[in-house]
Amino acid sequence: MNFNSINFLQLISALFLGLASGYLGSFMVLRRMALVGDALSHVALPGVALGLIFSFNPMFGAFATLFAGIVGIWLIEQKTDLSTESLVGLFFTVALALGVLLTPEPELLEALFGDISRTSTTDTLLAVIFSLVIIFVMRKLSSGLILGTISPDLAKTAGVKPARINFLFMLLVALIVAIGIKSVGTLLMGALVVIPAIASKNISSSMAGYNWNSGIIGLLSLTAGIIIANIFGLVPGPIVVLVSAVIFFVTLAFRK
Amino acid sequence: MSQKILEVEDLFVSFDNTKVLENINFNLNKGEVLAVIGPNGSGKTVLFRALLGLIPYSGKVKWKDGLKIGYVPQKLLIDRSLPLTVREFLKLRSSSKTDMLQAISAVGFDIEPARQHHLEHHILNRRMSFLSGGELQKILIAWSLIGDPDVLLFDEPTAGIDIGGEQTIYNLLHELQDKRQMTIIIISHDLNVVYQYANNVICLNKNQVCFGEPHSVLKPEDLSALYGGETKFYHHIHPDSNSTDL
Repeated sequence: MNFNSINFLQLISALFLGLASGYLGSFMVLRRMALVGDALSHVALPGVALGLIFSFNPMFGAFATLFAGIVGIWLIEQKTDLSTESLVGLFFTVALALGVLLTPEPELLEALFGDISRTSTTDTLLAVIFSLVIIFVMRKLSSGLILGTISPDLAKTAGVKPARINFLFMLLVALIVAIGIKSVGTLLMGALVVIPAIASKNISSSMAGYNWNSGIIGLLSLTAGIIIANIFGLVPGPIVVLVSAVIFFVTLAFRK
Repeated sequence: MSQKILEVEDLFVSFDNTKVLENINFNLNKGEVLAVIGPNGSGKTVLFRALLGLIPYSGKVKWKDGLKIGYVPQKLLIDRSLPLTVREFLKLRSSSKTDMLQAISAVGFDIEPARQHHLEHHILNRRMSFLSGGELQKILIAWSLIGDPDVLLFDEPTAGIDIGGEQTIYNLLHELQDKRQMTIIIISHDLNVVYQYANNVICLNKNQVCFGEPHSVLKPEDLSALYGGETKFYHHIHPDSNSTDL
């Protein structure tokens, strides 16, 4: 076993990123956006490809295409009756097609499955800052979002502006995906927001408990996954997903 | 002494070119109870949603400026797996503990310190989705009372509640009206409620069939125009009712 080869930076990224994605993911699952988040993560691929081709940080490319995708979805949603889900379906497949065409072949695997072992100091710094921003902003949005989920009418009569909250929320989703693809890749990013949340739902009896347990499960999955992958010399992304799945099955036994 | 707080003129609502409400005209004064009656699909809830500005409409809906409106929806569909406790639900409305305790005491829960454990355990820390129909209804009313509204809009407060629960909710309405001089608009299927509690009644069947004091406008012919066929309704006030002071 050699823990020495695990980069300290990787672990720092993993702790913050795991916490933020689990926490944010708990709200995505609450809004029945589990698969939306998963599909949306693929919209990042063309941005990652552009970053690789023009050698800038793929995280920025990812955020740019995600942002464009989210604004596009939000605008069409305001104009038509199409559901978010169906629009994400459109943007997701188009983005994936473009991404696969654009990404240089040697880098395709990394773009799809991530490689946290190549985390730089800048990446870590960005991951820490944006994770904290995500948690902070999400806490501010949470009341309105929860209320809007239970009853849009009650939310509006209480002065909540659902369109604005949804937009900010989608931006946070874009942000978490952009910083997360470095470690788990575009294909598996969905797992990092969905699995901790549903595991947490099994064991939590209040909303606050659910949100934070989800964050902690995200943190444990990502950190443990990276350490295990490192010990056995495996790609971290898939191991992280498997670890979170194991936690999910364990929580089934402690269902509330 | 009557102060007008709501004016509705020529209210018209349609969904996809289908008329849902038309020619609705009425006023509401401070401290009054207005009952809204009509068969299923007659537009009662649509009227509420228009009054609350939740749906587009044409015509005039003019609330007095600066009025605080509380709304109690007919039901709340809560996913059984939603881990939201009653306390957390009420805190979505106000983070103040005093506001929360006042509101749940107003709907009849005992907030005495000696009963604290019971209150925490059986109400505040319970999941919203585990409440009975009557408990949920009371919590929704408590929600609407937080922030001291001037007007309450109740959408069928007794739908799906047993008789005991129904009685408490009407007692509560009565108390709100008496003690807080609250103005109330209430959708009800129960004509006894209309006779006992309402100053005015509005009958809907997409059109406005009647508007006025219950005893003068609710004649058998009005009711049959409203509900269709021969509606027989026997109006009686229970001698043991504690609301004979109306």
